[in-house]
Amino acid sequence: MTRRTPWGALLPPLVPAILVVGIVEALVRGDVVPAFLVPAPSQIARALVDEGPSLYPPLAQTVKASLLGFFLAAVGGVTAAIALASSRRVQQAIYPYAVFSQTIPIVSIAPLLVIWFGWDRTALASAVIVSIFPVVANTLAGLRSTDPALVDLFRLYGASPGATLFRLRLPAALPQIFTGLRVAGGLAVIGAVVGEFITGQGIGGAIGVAQQRQRVDIIFAGVLLASLLGLGLFGFINLAAWRTLRSWHVSESRH
Amino acid sequence: MASGETLVPRRTRSSAIELVAIERRFDDGVEALAPLTLRLPAGSFVALLGPSGCGKSTLVRLLTELDRPTRGSIHKPFDLKMACVFQDPCLLPWRTVLDNAALPLELAGVPEAERHAVTKDALAQVGLADAASKYPAQLSGGMKMRASLARALVVQPTFLLLDEPFAALDEITRQALDDHLRTLWKAWGFTALFVTHAVDEAAYVADRAVVLSRRPGRVVLDHPLDLPADRTAALRSDARFAAQTGILRNALAESGGAL
Repeated sequence: MTRRTPWGALLPPLVPAILVVGIVEALVRGDVVPAFLVPAPSQIARALVDEGPSLYPPLAQTVKASLLGFFLAAVGGVTAAIALASSRRVQQAIYPYAVFSQTIPIVSIAPLLVIWFGWDRTALASAVIVSIFPVVANTLAGLRSTDPALVDLFRLYGASPGATLFRLRLPAALPQIFTGLRVAGGLAVIGAVVGEFITGQGIGGAIGVAQQRQRVDIIFAGVLLASLLGLGLFGFINLAAWRTLRSWHVSESRH
Repeated sequence: MASGETLVPRRTRSSAIELVAIERRFDDGVEALAPLTLRLPAGSFVALLGPSGCGKSTLVRLLTELDRPTRGSIHKPFDLKMACVFQDPCLLPWRTVLDNAALPLELAGVPEAERHAVTKDALAQVGLADAASKYPAQLSGGMKMRASLARALVVQPTFLLLDEPFAALDEITRQALDDHLRTLWKAWGFTALFVTHAVDEAAYVADRAVVLSRRPGRVVLDHPLDLPADRTAALRSDARFAAQTGILRNALAESGGAL
């Protein structure tokens, strides 16, 4: 029964993690790999403790930018998908540009974001821009694949377009919406950190400073914190998906 | 059939449903229905039999107004309350049986307390009283179909349209539901149109059988079934039953349908 909960799924991936950490530690301690290139895991742990006071305030900034960015991308993405799904013409007119926008490297427009949104909101804007597309694309796919028999059923009982959307199409699209949110969660953290490289704030900024100081251990500590943040967000979304879908959708009920 | 206090079967006799010389030609030139005329008197139980691809589904879509006839007209009493049961139970997987069966009332804006009372009654009438809080994934095929039937009953229909409702179920479940449907029909007095491709089921469940030809569908036989009103399992092996199904089978064979 443990495998029915998301927690049971945590155990298997821990095994390779422990193995890799152990091997790297041994390689660095045995001087096979120089410590100024790859720090020993124990050294990263020490950096996390020693540099804590200097790393945690930037981490708080990154957390804020990623979570708020993810939230805005989720709400904005689902809303945009509903708007696009409402009319085939609108969708044909707009969607190609949404796809095109995905080919613009975020780093190249980060300076623009600073000018448009200011230093304090660049990381947030970057997080939203990077993470909104998977929400739009997956929600749209979900909204467009409603079972036609169920749509007929709603028509038969005289359902309004609003009732059909909120009682049929959106709930039916939930599994796909959660797929989009899972991808968006990781991307929001990446987007925030990319923005921070430009503004010098947050974990991204702290990593930039550590690079100038040649502190590989702090860079690794920063990377670790950023990915833990992404992992935490991913876990939270998975938990939400499991709680919402477990009673009816195969993806969450028969692991 | 015990009827609940909130869900009282309608005994009002409204006028007949009439299809007058309806035709349906699709954009690709396919003629699904030849001029077809059919009268369903109020309170009658008619089985519509036909080979696959005879336009049965088209006829169903026309009756439910999901599609319009190319020619001809459909007359329905102004106070007609239609409900449908399809081969696919069409349940929303994220809703409990109770909320699924209550859907038509919810869409009509009936307050929650009232619609739950009515729906619980309907679930009791189809034998699903204990499954109200279950999700469709937890139900057997027969139970899903009963839930679908309950959803049709909550609107207190005067016309129940059944489109091959039990075709995907196993023999025993299907026969049990045939009996149950007939019991409900007697208690409620609605007009029933039962679309099927199964001769035995048509003869067992209905009072009149209409056989359609191969596409474009037209009526080749309109036959009042000469069988007692009370149907029991014993009837299925009765000589009278065999005689009736024989007539239907012949008509189907002559209509060009494979058996």
